[in-house]
Amino acid sequence: MNCDDLLKALNDYVDGRVDPAVCERFESHLAGCNPCQIVVDNIRQTITLYKAGEPYELPVEFRNELRRSLRDKWKKKFPGTA
Amino acid sequence: MADEDELLVRRAKDGEFAAFEALVSKYERPLYTLARRIVRNVEDAEDVVQESFASVVEHLADFREEASFYTWLSRIATNHALKLLRKRKGLSTVPLDESTVAEARDLPRPEFVAPWSREPGEAALDPSMKPLLDRALEELDEKYRLAFILRDLQGLSTAAAAQALGITEGNLKVRLLRARLQLRERLTRALGDPAARIALPSHHDEPRHDDELR
Repeated sequence: MNCDDLLKALNDYVDGRVDPAVCERFESHLAGCNPCQIVVDNIRQTITLYKAGEPYELPVEFRNELRRSLRDKWKKKFPGTA
Repeated sequence: MADEDELLVRRAKDGEFAAFEALVSKYERPLYTLARRIVRNVEDAEDVVQESFASVVEHLADFREEASFYTWLSRIATNHALKLLRKRKGLSTVPLDESTVAEARDLPRPEFVAPWSREPGEAALDPSMKPLLDRALEELDEKYRLAFILRDLQGLSTAAAAQALGITEGNLKVRLLRARLQLRERLTRALGDPAARIALPSHHDEPRHDDELR
């Protein structure tokens, strides 16, 4: 396996779904290739960073409007409940 | 947290608005974030959030609680968001096998290769990170962006994400790989330690089809 082959198998490796035979070749390439090790680390870090990133804040007016409209909808759907 | 949601869902199913409102408060931000990332503008994202919670009110009785409440809610929102995208600009749903072959063949090679100077968990707490993350995602080609959002951010399986986008699993995998490589490149240019940047050795430049040359 060379660096290009490794790129192609990268997804399955990062997702832990790589075929065991491919995995062995993947890891033996990684063990001797520092740039590829870093690329694999970088990709994992990229996914982690996006997952951990701060969510967007709702615009205040929209947030209020959302509550109002959902309350109205709720009353129609479940009349007589609180 | 899931137990708390189960309780809130049960109380909401019994007609208690306060329980439903607690679920809205808990999930409106992640839902809005998901919508913003898919549709890329404020108004459409608001529509998606509004319609998604309205759908929940409408179909709450049918929610069988096989998945978590947020999983169910985010699937509803994803469907609304993709529908809106298709309406806005005719999102391609045709599996383009030829383009997939080309996309799989000409993968962009990593250029800026350096270990990050900060752990992602620590970087995530830095407010200056958010514009960078948002911009990098926005600059991705739509088909790559959607693959990344559905698979890596929303955590859908390859099959579920491919189905949601109306493409083959093979197509989805290639798009996801390109998305991950492009985002890695962008973020590593910002977060990689320049002093530790690796000059790519010669085997990175060797001919692609080296087997054929022997």
